Amino acid sequence: MSAKLAISKPKTGASGKTGSWRTFKPVVDMDKCNKCGNCYRFCPDGTIDTEFNIDYDYCKGCGICVEVCPKKAITMVRED
Amino acid sequence: MAEIPDEEFILKTTSACAGCSASLILRYVTKAAGKDTVLVVPACCTSVIQGVYPNTAMNIPVYNVAFASAAAVASGMSEAFRAVGKKTNVICFAGDGGTVDIGIQALSGALERGTDFLYICYDNEAYSNTGMQRSGATPLGASTTTTPLGKKDYKKDLDAIVQAHNPVYMATACSAYPVDLYNKVKKALSIPGPKFMHILAPCPPGWRYPSEKTIEVGKLAVQSGMWVLYERENGKLSISGASKAAMKKRIPVSEYLKVQGRFKTATEEDISVLSEHVENNIKKLEREVEGIC
Repeated sequence: MSAKLAISKPKTGASGKTGSWRTFKPVVDMDKCNKCGNCYRFCPDGTIDTEFNIDYDYCKGCGICVEVCPKKAITMVRED
Repeated sequence: MAEIPDEEFILKTTSACAGCSASLILRYVTKAAGKDTVLVVPACCTSVIQGVYPNTAMNIPVYNVAFASAAAVASGMSEAFRAVGKKTNVICFAGDGGTVDIGIQALSGALERGTDFLYICYDNEAYSNTGMQRSGATPLGASTTTTPLGKKDYKKDLDAIVQAHNPVYMATACSAYPVDLYNKVKKALSIPGPKFMHILAPCPPGWRYPSEKTIEVGKLAVQSGMWVLYERENGKLSISGASKAAMKKRIPVSEYLKVQGRFKTATEEDISVLSEHVENNIKKLEREVEGIC
């Protein structure tokens, strides 16, 4: 039986490259970073990995990581 | 405290607004539930943020159903899984509109039938998906597109309604405390029977605050006592970490209200009514913890 069902398949980028939504991008200063993991923990979209690299293809630029960073190691920089 | 796994079940990324706490909640709920899980999602923000057909950002099975039917669908699904001997977690992930207003009869029925499932209501206190209309969960004084001068009625006490059904486990949580949220979902899924969780989900466009303040607003809600984190196992109440401090010493409710644009129209009277409501609620919980009532 080959009934056609509206089933979506999991895929990275299912909503497009949401990084294009940004006007400001977060930049991590690794010298100030104490590796507490708050940015990774609180990112709503999981765009920060456990090594604290930010995936700029998908980061929406909400700025939560900047607010939760206890060392102020992340700053928002205007996009070109 | 359980170690939170690094594995993500929400692929990059959903189409949720920047700073969306429903996205954050979903991340932790799926981390706690793991691979062997089915989400039942009625009409709410989560049903539209999954991505564009034929693709989805959700890397676990999701069943999108009609607004009023989430808990009824989950009942059938849970029964079917148990009938073939599967232990798959069935989780309803519904917004406040789909829980306190439209989905309440299905929820009540499923709780009464003793369905083995977890119902999660993520509460952003309005119908945000359709553009921020008032819901039964909107608090007094909050302006929405259908209550431009502020809501004149109280927030429906959903937790009391659910509590009256005596579920095996119920808890409240907030997106600003993801570890607490993770542990509660984990605990809920380890117990068979009907479970319920009510999670506060601050919404940047709807509550009108800048997207980076999502965590701060959630923390203010807990610190001011507007939102109390607790869990009830077989009816026995225990207050959770962050709210224990708020039971003793709270910041004024106005601190929580003033960071949000939706309370701009709230009058002095509204604020004093809300403060009084918070005091009464906390007193009631305190008495219950001490075993007086």
